[in-house]
Amino acid sequence: MTTIAELPPGFADKVLSAQSTFRSVMDAMARPGSVQRIVPTSGAPQTMMRGTAAIALTLFDHDTPLWLDARMSESTDVMKWLKFHTGAPVVQDSSIASFALISDGGELPSLERFALGTSEYPDRSTTLILQVENLDSGRSFELRGPGIDGVATLQASIKPFDLFERLRVNETLFPRGVDVVLVADDAVVAIPRTTRVVSKGS
Amino acid sequence: MNAPAYNFAYLDEQTKRMIRRAILKAIAIPGYQVPFASREMPMPYGWGTGGVQVTAAILGPQDVLKVIDQGSDDTTNAISIRKFFAKTAGVATTTATEDATVIQTRHRIPETSLHANQVLVYQVPIPEPLRFLEPRETETRRMHALAEYGLMHVKLYEDIARFGHIATAYAYPVKVNARYVMDPSPTPKFDNPKMDNCPALQLFGAGREKRIYAIPPYTQVVSLDFEDHPFEPYRFNAPCALCAAENSYLDEIVTDDKGGRMFVCSDTDYCEGRQAAGHHGSLSAAPYKDKAQEASNG
Repeated sequence: MTTIAELPPGFADKVLSAQSTFRSVMDAMARPGSVQRIVPTSGAPQTMMRGTAAIALTLFDHDTPLWLDARMSESTDVMKWLKFHTGAPVVQDSSIASFALISDGGELPSLERFALGTSEYPDRSTTLILQVENLDSGRSFELRGPGIDGVATLQASIKPFDLFERLRVNETLFPRGVDVVLVADDAVVAIPRTTRVVSKGS
Repeated sequence: MNAPAYNFAYLDEQTKRMIRRAILKAIAIPGYQVPFASREMPMPYGWGTGGVQVTAAILGPQDVLKVIDQGSDDTTNAISIRKFFAKTAGVATTTATEDATVIQTRHRIPETSLHANQVLVYQVPIPEPLRFLEPRETETRRMHALAEYGLMHVKLYEDIARFGHIATAYAYPVKVNARYVMDPSPTPKFDNPKMDNCPALQLFGAGREKRIYAIPPYTQVVSLDFEDHPFEPYRFNAPCALCAAENSYLDEIVTDDKGGRMFVCSDTDYCEGRQAAGHHGSLSAAPYKDKAQEASNG
Protein backbone atom coordinates (compact mmCIF):
# COMPACT_ATOMS: atom_id res chain seq x y z
CA MET A 1 0.00 0.00 0.00
CA THR A 2 1.26 3.47 -0.91
CA THR A 3 1.45 5.94 1.91
CA ILE A 4 1.26 9.66 1.34
CA ALA A 5 4.98 9.93 1.93
CA GLU A 6 5.60 7.55 -0.97
CA LEU A 7 3.42 9.45 -3.46
CA PRO A 8 5.31 11.44 -6.09
CA PRO A 9 5.40 15.07 -4.92
CA GLY A 10 3.47 17.99 -6.41
CA PHE A 11 5.05 21.31 -7.39
CA ALA A 12 7.85 22.56 -5.15
CA ASP A 13 6.43 26.08 -5.50
CA LYS A 14 2.68 25.67 -5.95
CA VAL A 15 1.93 29.27 -6.79
CA LEU A 16 4.59 30.17 -9.33
CA SER A 17 4.71 26.73 -10.95
CA ALA A 18 0.95 26.80 -11.49
CA GLN A 19 1.21 30.29 -12.97
CA SER A 20 3.98 29.29 -15.36
CA THR A 21 2.17 26.11 -16.42
CA PHE A 22 -1.05 28.01 -16.96
CA ARG A 23 0.67 30.58 -19.18
CA SER A 24 2.07 27.77 -21.34
CA VAL A 25 -1.38 26.22 -21.66
CA MET A 26 -3.00 29.62 -22.27
CA ASP A 27 -0.46 30.44 -24.99
CA ALA A 28 -1.04 27.00 -26.50
CA MET A 29 -4.81 27.56 -26.52
CA ALA A 30 -4.44 31.09 -27.92
CA ARG A 31 -2.03 29.94 -30.65
CA PRO A 32 -3.25 26.52 -31.79
CA GLY A 33 -0.56 24.31 -33.27
CA SER A 34 2.30 26.16 -31.57
CA VAL A 35 4.37 23.93 -29.30
CA GLN A 36 4.66 25.37 -25.79
CA ARG A 37 6.94 24.02 -23.09
CA ILE A 38 5.94 23.36 -19.51
CA VAL A 39 8.91 24.37 -17.41
CA PRO A 40 8.02 23.51 -13.78
CA THR A 41 8.49 19.91 -12.77
CA SER A 42 6.68 17.86 -10.22
CA GLY A 43 6.56 14.22 -9.44
CA ALA A 44 4.21 12.20 -11.60
CA PRO A 45 2.78 8.74 -11.16
CA GLN A 46 3.58 6.19 -13.84
CA THR A 47 1.49 6.43 -17.03
CA MET A 48 1.25 10.18 -16.48
CA MET A 49 3.66 12.43 -18.38
CA ARG A 50 5.20 15.34 -16.52
CA GLY A 51 3.29 17.84 -18.69
CA THR A 52 0.01 16.13 -17.82
CA ALA A 53 0.93 16.13 -14.13
CA ALA A 54 1.70 19.87 -14.23
CA ILE A 55 -1.60 20.62 -15.98
CA ALA A 56 -3.44 18.52 -13.39
CA LEU A 57 -1.82 20.41 -10.52
CA THR A 58 -2.60 23.72 -12.24
CA LEU A 59 -6.22 23.29 -13.33
CA PHE A 60 -7.87 20.47 -11.37
CA ASP A 61 -9.66 20.80 -8.04
CA HIS A 62 -12.85 19.72 -6.29
CA ASP A 63 -14.90 21.64 -8.88
CA THR A 64 -13.65 19.63 -11.86
CA PRO A 65 -14.99 16.10 -12.35
CA LEU A 66 -12.34 13.97 -14.10
CA TRP A 67 -12.72 11.09 -16.45
CA LEU A 68 -9.75 8.75 -16.81
CA ASP A 69 -9.18 6.24 -19.56
CA ALA A 70 -8.84 2.57 -18.66
CA ARG A 71 -5.06 2.57 -18.36
CA MET A 72 -5.09 5.55 -16.00
CA SER A 73 -8.04 4.46 -13.89
CA GLU A 74 -6.53 1.00 -13.43
CA SER A 75 -3.50 2.56 -11.80
CA THR A 76 -4.02 3.08 -8.07
CA ASP A 77 -0.96 5.34 -8.11
CA VAL A 78 -2.64 7.73 -10.54
CA MET A 79 -5.89 7.69 -8.58
CA LYS A 80 -4.16 8.31 -5.27
CA TRP A 81 -1.87 10.98 -6.66
CA LEU A 82 -4.77 12.88 -8.25
CA LYS A 83 -6.89 12.55 -5.14
CA PHE A 84 -4.16 13.73 -2.80
CA HIS A 85 -2.81 16.59 -4.89
CA THR A 86 -5.95 17.91 -6.62
CA GLY A 87 -8.97 16.54 -4.75
CA ALA A 88 -10.82 16.29 -8.05
CA PRO A 89 -13.61 13.69 -8.13
CA VAL A 90 -13.07 10.89 -10.66
CA VAL A 91 -16.30 10.05 -12.46
CA GLN A 92 -17.35 7.07 -14.58
CA ASP A 93 -19.69 9.11 -16.76
CA SER A 94 -17.54 10.93 -19.33
CA SER A 95 -20.43 13.22 -20.29
CA ILE A 96 -20.18 15.16 -17.01
CA ALA A 97 -16.39 15.47 -16.94
CA SER A 98 -14.63 18.84 -17.01
CA PHE A 99 -11.40 17.16 -18.01
CA ALA A 100 -10.58 13.78 -19.47
CA LEU A 101 -7.12 12.28 -19.15
CA ILE A 102 -6.18 9.93 -21.94
CA SER A 103 -2.91 8.01 -21.87
CA ASP A 104 -3.82 5.48 -24.52
CA GLY A 105 -5.10 7.40 -27.53
CA GLY A 106 -5.89 4.19 -29.38
CA GLU A 107 -8.70 3.63 -26.89
CA LEU A 108 -10.14 7.15 -27.11
CA PRO A 109 -13.92 6.78 -26.91
CA SER A 110 -16.23 8.46 -29.38
CA LEU A 111 -16.06 12.23 -28.84
CA GLU A 112 -19.86 12.41 -28.50
CA ARG A 113 -19.51 10.63 -25.17
CA PHE A 114 -17.83 13.66 -23.62
CA ALA A 115 -19.58 16.83 -22.50
CA LEU A 116 -20.05 19.03 -25.55
CA GLY A 117 -21.70 21.96 -23.75
CA THR A 118 -25.10 23.32 -24.64
CA SER A 119 -25.95 25.99 -27.18
CA GLU A 120 -26.57 28.42 -24.31
CA TYR A 121 -23.49 27.33 -22.33
CA PRO A 122 -20.97 25.88 -24.79
CA ASP A 123 -18.22 26.34 -22.17
CA ARG A 124 -19.64 23.45 -20.12
CA SER A 125 -17.69 20.97 -22.16
CA THR A 126 -14.91 18.48 -21.55
CA THR A 127 -11.30 19.46 -22.18
CA LEU A 128 -9.44 16.36 -23.38
CA ILE A 129 -5.87 15.99 -22.24
CA LEU A 130 -4.39 13.49 -24.62
CA GLN A 131 -0.91 12.09 -24.17
CA VAL A 132 0.79 11.51 -27.50
CA GLU A 133 4.09 10.07 -28.64
CA ASN A 134 5.69 13.32 -29.75
CA LEU A 135 4.92 16.81 -31.00
CA ASP A 136 7.99 17.50 -33.09
CA SER A 137 8.09 14.82 -35.75
CA GLY A 138 5.74 12.55 -37.62
CA ARG A 139 2.83 13.41 -39.85
CA SER A 140 2.29 17.03 -40.87
CA PHE A 141 -0.95 18.78 -40.24
CA GLU A 142 -2.09 22.12 -41.56
CA LEU A 143 -4.08 24.19 -39.07
CA ARG A 144 -6.27 27.22 -39.63
CA GLY A 145 -8.54 29.26 -37.39
CA PRO A 146 -8.54 31.92 -34.68
CA GLY A 147 -5.13 32.31 -33.06
CA ILE A 148 -3.30 31.33 -36.25
CA ASP A 149 -1.77 33.88 -38.60
CA GLY A 150 -2.74 32.24 -41.87
CA VAL A 151 -1.65 28.63 -41.59
CA ALA A 152 0.22 26.79 -38.85
CA THR A 153 1.99 23.51 -39.42
CA LEU A 154 2.11 20.87 -36.74
CA GLN A 155 4.29 17.79 -36.93
CA ALA A 156 3.21 15.12 -34.52
CA SER A 157 2.84 11.43 -33.90
CA ILE A 158 -0.66 11.13 -32.55
CA LYS A 159 -2.94 8.29 -31.64
CA PRO A 160 -5.72 7.88 -32.58
CA PHE A 161 -4.52 8.34 -36.15
CA ASP A 162 -7.89 9.74 -37.14
CA LEU A 163 -8.05 12.27 -34.28
CA PHE A 164 -8.40 15.28 -36.56
CA GLU A 165 -11.01 13.59 -38.72
CA ARG A 166 -12.95 12.88 -35.55
CA LEU A 167 -12.53 16.47 -34.40
CA ARG A 168 -14.47 17.62 -37.46
CA VAL A 169 -17.58 17.29 -35.28
CA ASN A 170 -16.41 20.58 -33.78
CA GLU A 171 -17.13 22.21 -37.12
CA THR A 172 -20.76 21.12 -37.27
CA LEU A 173 -21.40 21.44 -33.54
CA PHE A 174 -19.87 24.90 -33.06
CA PRO A 175 -20.15 26.71 -30.65
CA ARG A 176 -20.52 23.35 -28.86
CA GLY A 177 -17.58 21.01 -29.00
CA VAL A 178 -14.53 19.62 -27.25
CA ASP A 179 -11.16 21.27 -26.81
CA VAL A 180 -8.05 19.12 -26.92
CA VAL A 181 -4.68 19.59 -25.26
CA LEU A 182 -1.99 17.30 -26.65
CA VAL A 183 0.86 16.50 -24.30
CA ALA A 184 4.18 14.86 -25.11
CA ASP A 185 6.50 14.89 -22.10
CA ASP A 186 6.90 18.63 -21.38
CA ALA A 187 5.50 19.85 -24.72
CA VAL A 188 1.90 20.95 -25.16
CA VAL A 189 -0.17 21.82 -28.21
CA ALA A 190 -3.80 22.85 -27.95
CA ILE A 191 -6.47 22.25 -30.56
CA PRO A 192 -9.47 24.34 -29.48
CA ARG A 193 -12.81 23.71 -31.13
CA THR A 194 -12.31 26.57 -33.59
CA THR A 195 -9.24 25.03 -35.21
CA ARG A 196 -9.68 23.33 -38.58
CA VAL A 197 -7.07 20.71 -39.39
CA VAL A 198 -6.12 19.31 -42.75
CA SER A 199 -3.76 16.36 -42.87
CA LYS A 200 -0.90 16.85 -45.28
CA GLY A 201 0.15 13.21 -45.04
CA SER A 202 3.67 12.30 -43.98
CA MET B 1 6.36 41.92 11.27
CA ASN B 2 5.22 42.79 7.78
CA ALA B 3 4.84 39.43 6.09
CA PRO B 4 2.10 39.72 3.46
CA ALA B 5 -1.13 38.08 4.52
CA TYR B 6 -2.19 37.42 0.93
CA ASN B 7 -1.07 35.16 -1.87
CA PHE B 8 1.07 36.16 -4.85
CA ALA B 9 -1.05 38.56 -6.97
CA TYR B 10 -3.63 38.75 -4.16
CA LEU B 11 -6.05 36.00 -5.25
CA ASP B 12 -5.95 32.57 -3.60
CA GLU B 13 -4.99 29.57 -5.73
CA GLN B 14 -8.45 28.03 -5.91
CA THR B 15 -9.85 31.28 -7.30
CA LYS B 16 -7.03 31.50 -9.82
CA ARG B 17 -7.71 27.94 -11.01
CA MET B 18 -11.37 28.77 -11.51
CA ILE B 19 -10.53 31.96 -13.45
CA ARG B 20 -7.85 30.17 -15.47
CA ARG B 21 -10.31 27.48 -16.54
CA ALA B 22 -12.77 30.19 -17.59
CA ILE B 23 -10.03 31.96 -19.59
CA LEU B 24 -9.17 28.76 -21.48
CA LYS B 25 -12.82 28.21 -22.45
CA ALA B 26 -13.15 31.88 -23.38
CA ILE B 27 -10.20 31.57 -25.78
CA ALA B 28 -11.64 28.35 -27.23
CA ILE B 29 -14.98 30.07 -27.98
CA PRO B 30 -14.04 33.56 -29.22
CA GLY B 31 -16.50 36.27 -28.18
CA TYR B 32 -18.60 33.97 -25.97
CA GLN B 33 -19.13 35.17 -22.40
CA VAL B 34 -18.01 32.53 -19.90
CA PRO B 35 -19.63 32.88 -16.46
CA PHE B 36 -17.16 32.84 -13.58
CA ALA B 37 -17.37 33.12 -9.80
CA SER B 38 -16.16 36.71 -9.52
CA ARG B 39 -14.69 37.50 -6.12
CA GLU B 40 -14.90 40.63 -4.05
CA MET B 41 -11.77 42.65 -4.60
CA PRO B 42 -10.28 45.35 -2.39
CA MET B 43 -11.75 48.01 -4.67
CA PRO B 44 -15.31 48.85 -5.60
CA TYR B 45 -17.17 47.46 -8.60
CA GLY B 46 -16.67 49.79 -11.51
CA TRP B 47 -12.99 50.21 -10.72
CA GLY B 48 -11.90 47.28 -12.82
CA THR B 49 -12.53 44.30 -10.55
CA GLY B 50 -13.03 42.02 -13.57
CA GLY B 51 -9.85 43.13 -15.28
CA VAL B 52 -7.93 42.91 -12.01
CA GLN B 53 -9.04 39.31 -11.46
CA VAL B 54 -8.04 38.30 -14.99
CA THR B 55 -4.68 40.04 -14.61
CA ALA B 56 -4.12 38.41 -11.21
CA ALA B 57 -4.81 34.98 -12.71
CA ILE B 58 -2.32 35.33 -15.58
CA LEU B 59 0.41 37.49 -14.03
CA GLY B 60 3.81 35.98 -13.24
CA PRO B 61 7.01 37.38 -11.71
CA GLN B 62 8.59 37.84 -15.15
CA ASP B 63 5.75 40.00 -16.47
CA VAL B 64 5.98 43.72 -17.04
CA LEU B 65 2.65 45.38 -16.34
CA LYS B 66 1.18 48.52 -17.84
CA VAL B 67 -2.20 49.87 -16.75
CA ILE B 68 -4.11 52.55 -18.59
CA ASP B 69 -7.36 54.34 -17.90
CA GLN B 70 -8.86 56.05 -20.96
CA GLY B 71 -5.41 55.85 -22.54
CA SER B 72 -3.67 57.51 -19.61
CA ASP B 73 -1.06 55.91 -17.36
CA ASP B 74 -1.43 58.71 -14.84
CA THR B 75 -5.03 58.68 -13.64
CA THR B 76 -6.17 57.45 -10.23
CA ASN B 77 -7.56 54.14 -11.46
CA ALA B 78 -4.47 53.27 -13.51
CA ILE B 79 -2.04 54.22 -10.76
CA SER B 80 -4.01 52.35 -8.07
CA ILE B 81 -4.13 49.12 -10.06
CA ARG B 82 -0.48 49.39 -11.11
CA LYS B 83 0.54 49.90 -7.47
CA PHE B 84 -1.76 47.08 -6.38
CA PHE B 85 0.12 44.57 -8.52
CA ALA B 86 3.53 46.08 -7.82
CA LYS B 87 2.74 45.48 -4.15
CA THR B 88 0.96 42.13 -4.22
CA ALA B 89 2.94 40.46 -7.03
CA GLY B 90 6.16 42.45 -7.03
CA VAL B 91 6.04 42.70 -10.82
CA ALA B 92 7.88 45.33 -12.82
CA THR B 93 5.64 48.08 -14.14
CA THR B 94 6.04 50.37 -17.11
CA THR B 95 4.19 53.06 -18.99
CA ALA B 96 5.82 52.19 -22.33
CA THR B 97 3.42 50.13 -24.43
CA GLU B 98 6.06 48.12 -26.27
CA ASP B 99 7.88 47.10 -23.07
CA ALA B 100 4.76 45.67 -21.39
CA THR B 101 3.85 41.97 -21.49
CA VAL B 102 0.47 42.46 -19.81
CA ILE B 103 -1.55 45.63 -20.37
CA GLN B 104 -4.69 46.19 -18.35
CA THR B 105 -6.92 48.79 -19.89
CA ARG B 106 -10.01 50.73 -19.11
CA HIS B 107 -11.71 51.93 -22.30
CA ARG B 108 -8.81 52.30 -24.74
CA ILE B 109 -6.50 50.25 -26.93
CA PRO B 110 -2.99 51.73 -27.10
CA GLU B 111 -2.07 53.58 -30.31
CA THR B 112 1.22 51.68 -30.60
CA SER B 113 0.58 48.36 -32.36
CA LEU B 114 0.58 45.42 -30.00
CA HIS B 115 2.83 42.42 -30.57
CA ALA B 116 2.51 38.69 -30.12
CA ASN B 117 4.11 38.52 -26.67
CA GLN B 118 1.50 40.77 -25.12
CA VAL B 119 -1.85 40.20 -23.45
CA LEU B 120 -4.38 43.03 -23.38
CA VAL B 121 -6.82 42.78 -20.44
CA TYR B 122 -9.95 44.91 -20.69
CA GLN B 123 -12.05 46.09 -17.76
CA VAL B 124 -15.67 45.59 -18.74
CA PRO B 125 -18.71 47.13 -17.04
CA ILE B 126 -21.57 45.49 -19.03
CA PRO B 127 -20.37 42.50 -21.06
CA GLU B 128 -23.70 41.74 -22.73
CA PRO B 129 -24.07 43.80 -25.93
CA LEU B 130 -27.80 43.00 -26.04
CA ARG B 131 -28.50 43.88 -22.40
CA PHE B 132 -30.05 47.32 -23.01
CA LEU B 133 -32.20 45.84 -25.76
CA GLU B 134 -33.27 42.73 -23.82
CA PRO B 135 -32.93 42.74 -20.04
CA ARG B 136 -33.52 39.00 -19.49
CA GLU B 137 -30.35 36.90 -19.33
CA THR B 138 -32.29 33.78 -20.38
CA GLU B 139 -33.33 35.56 -23.57
CA THR B 140 -29.95 37.05 -24.45
CA ARG B 141 -28.35 33.61 -23.88
CA ARG B 142 -30.81 32.11 -26.34
CA MET B 143 -30.20 34.89 -28.84
CA HIS B 144 -26.46 34.17 -28.70
CA ALA B 145 -27.16 30.43 -28.97
CA LEU B 146 -29.16 30.96 -32.14
CA ALA B 147 -26.89 33.75 -33.42
CA GLU B 148 -30.07 35.81 -33.58
CA TYR B 149 -28.72 39.34 -33.73
CA GLY B 150 -31.51 41.08 -35.63
CA LEU B 151 -32.30 43.20 -32.59
CA MET B 152 -28.83 44.76 -32.67
CA HIS B 153 -29.23 45.63 -36.34
CA VAL B 154 -32.63 47.18 -35.59
CA LYS B 155 -30.94 49.32 -32.91
CA LEU B 156 -28.27 50.52 -35.36
CA TYR B 157 -30.97 51.10 -37.99
CA GLU B 158 -32.97 53.22 -35.54
CA ASP B 159 -29.83 55.30 -35.00
CA ILE B 160 -29.76 55.97 -38.74
CA ALA B 161 -33.50 56.70 -38.89
CA ARG B 162 -33.21 59.21 -36.05
CA PHE B 163 -29.82 60.82 -36.61
CA GLY B 164 -28.97 60.01 -40.21
CA HIS B 165 -25.94 57.99 -39.17
CA ILE B 166 -25.00 55.28 -36.64
CA ALA B 167 -24.73 57.40 -33.50
CA THR B 168 -23.14 54.72 -31.33
CA ALA B 169 -19.71 56.18 -30.55
CA TYR B 170 -18.35 53.78 -27.94
CA ALA B 171 -18.97 50.13 -26.96
CA TYR B 172 -19.70 49.69 -30.65
CA PRO B 173 -20.80 46.06 -31.20
CA VAL B 174 -18.50 43.71 -33.08
CA LYS B 175 -18.86 40.21 -34.47
CA VAL B 176 -16.02 37.89 -33.53
CA ASN B 177 -14.91 35.07 -35.83
CA ALA B 178 -18.18 35.45 -37.77
CA ARG B 179 -20.20 34.04 -34.86
CA TYR B 180 -20.66 35.91 -31.58
CA VAL B 181 -21.68 39.55 -31.29
CA MET B 182 -19.54 41.02 -28.54
CA ASP B 183 -19.27 44.23 -26.57
CA PRO B 184 -15.71 45.54 -26.92
CA SER B 185 -16.20 47.35 -23.56
CA PRO B 186 -16.70 51.12 -23.71
CA THR B 187 -13.73 51.78 -25.97
CA PRO B 188 -14.34 54.52 -28.56
CA LYS B 189 -15.29 52.99 -31.89
CA PHE B 190 -12.07 54.55 -33.18
CA ASP B 191 -10.33 51.58 -31.53
CA ASN B 192 -12.50 48.83 -33.07
CA PRO B 193 -10.30 48.24 -36.14
CA LYS B 194 -7.33 47.55 -33.84
CA MET B 195 -9.09 44.47 -32.46
CA ASP B 196 -9.24 42.81 -35.86
CA ASN B 197 -6.41 40.38 -36.65
CA CYS B 198 -4.48 41.68 -33.61
CA PRO B 199 -1.25 39.73 -32.86
CA ALA B 200 -1.86 40.01 -29.08
CA LEU B 201 -4.30 37.95 -27.05
CA GLN B 202 -7.24 40.04 -25.81
CA LEU B 203 -9.02 39.08 -22.58
CA PHE B 204 -12.09 40.77 -21.13
CA GLY B 205 -13.15 40.66 -17.47
CA ALA B 206 -16.43 41.90 -16.03
CA GLY B 207 -16.32 41.62 -12.23
CA ARG B 208 -19.77 42.77 -11.22
CA GLU B 209 -21.44 40.89 -14.08
CA LYS B 210 -19.20 37.84 -13.57
CA ARG B 211 -18.20 37.18 -17.16
CA ILE B 212 -14.91 36.53 -18.94
CA TYR B 213 -14.51 36.53 -22.70
CA ALA B 214 -11.67 36.64 -25.17
CA ILE B 215 -10.44 37.30 -28.66
CA PRO B 216 -7.56 35.02 -29.64
CA PRO B 217 -4.73 36.54 -31.69
CA TYR B 218 -5.26 36.86 -35.45
CA THR B 219 -9.03 36.59 -35.16
CA GLN B 220 -11.50 38.34 -37.40
CA VAL B 221 -13.36 41.12 -35.57
CA VAL B 222 -15.92 43.02 -37.64
CA SER B 223 -17.83 46.10 -36.50
CA LEU B 224 -21.51 45.72 -37.32
CA ASP B 225 -22.76 48.02 -40.06
CA PHE B 226 -24.89 48.24 -43.21
CA GLU B 227 -23.80 48.22 -46.86
CA ASP B 228 -25.11 51.77 -47.33
CA HIS B 229 -23.93 52.93 -43.89
CA PRO B 230 -20.50 51.38 -43.50
CA PHE B 231 -18.68 51.48 -40.17
CA GLU B 232 -16.58 54.62 -39.75
CA PRO B 233 -14.19 55.25 -36.87
CA TYR B 234 -14.70 58.70 -35.39
CA ARG B 235 -11.98 61.17 -34.51
CA PHE B 236 -12.01 64.92 -33.78
CA ASN B 237 -10.78 66.70 -36.90
CA ALA B 238 -7.69 68.28 -35.33
CA PRO B 239 -4.07 67.48 -34.65
CA CYS B 240 -2.96 66.81 -31.08
CA ALA B 241 -2.12 70.16 -29.45
CA LEU B 242 0.94 68.67 -27.76
CA CYS B 243 2.47 66.28 -30.31
CA ALA B 244 0.67 67.21 -33.54
CA ALA B 245 -0.40 63.60 -34.17
CA GLU B 246 -2.95 63.42 -36.96
CA ASN B 247 -4.00 59.81 -36.48
CA SER B 248 -4.39 59.27 -32.72
CA TYR B 249 -7.59 59.31 -30.69
CA LEU B 250 -8.08 62.75 -29.08
CA ASP B 251 -9.53 63.97 -25.80
CA GLU B 252 -11.25 67.33 -25.84
CA ILE B 253 -10.14 69.53 -22.93
CA VAL B 254 -12.05 72.68 -22.06
CA THR B 255 -9.48 75.32 -21.09
CA ASP B 256 -11.60 78.33 -20.01
CA ASP B 257 -15.22 79.47 -19.73
CA LYS B 258 -15.14 81.33 -23.06
CA GLY B 259 -15.31 78.31 -25.33
CA GLY B 260 -11.58 77.68 -25.38
CA ARG B 261 -10.58 74.06 -25.86
CA MET B 262 -7.67 71.92 -26.85
CA PHE B 263 -7.40 68.44 -28.30
CA VAL B 264 -4.74 66.11 -26.99
CA CYS B 265 -3.90 62.44 -27.49
CA SER B 266 -5.81 60.23 -25.07
CA ASP B 267 -2.85 57.78 -25.12
CA THR B 268 -0.33 59.58 -22.88
CA ASP B 269 2.54 57.17 -23.61
CA TYR B 270 2.11 57.62 -27.35
CA CYS B 271 1.93 61.41 -27.00
CA GLU B 272 5.00 61.62 -24.73
CA GLY B 273 6.91 59.34 -27.07
CA ARG B 274 6.15 61.59 -30.01
CA GLN B 275 7.11 64.73 -28.09
CA ALA B 276 10.38 63.11 -27.03
CA ALA B 277 10.99 62.33 -30.70
CA GLY B 278 10.69 66.05 -31.50
CA HIS B 279 7.06 66.40 -32.59
CA HIS B 280 5.50 69.55 -31.19
CA GLY B 281 1.91 70.72 -31.39
CA SER B 282 0.47 74.21 -31.26
CA LEU B 283 0.17 74.27 -27.46
CA SER B 284 3.25 72.24 -26.63
CA ALA B 285 5.37 73.77 -23.88
CA ALA B 286 8.52 72.92 -25.81
CA PRO B 287 8.49 75.88 -28.24
CA TYR B 288 8.18 78.27 -25.28
CA LYS B 289 11.09 76.56 -23.59
CA ASP B 290 13.08 76.94 -26.79
CA LYS B 291 12.14 80.61 -26.99
CA ALA B 292 13.06 81.17 -23.35
CA GLN B 293 16.39 79.52 -24.08
CA GLU B 294 16.95 81.79 -27.07
CA ALA B 295 16.00 84.88 -25.01
CA SER B 296 18.45 84.02 -22.23
CA ASN B 297 21.18 83.28 -24.75
CA GLY B 298 20.56 86.50 -26.67
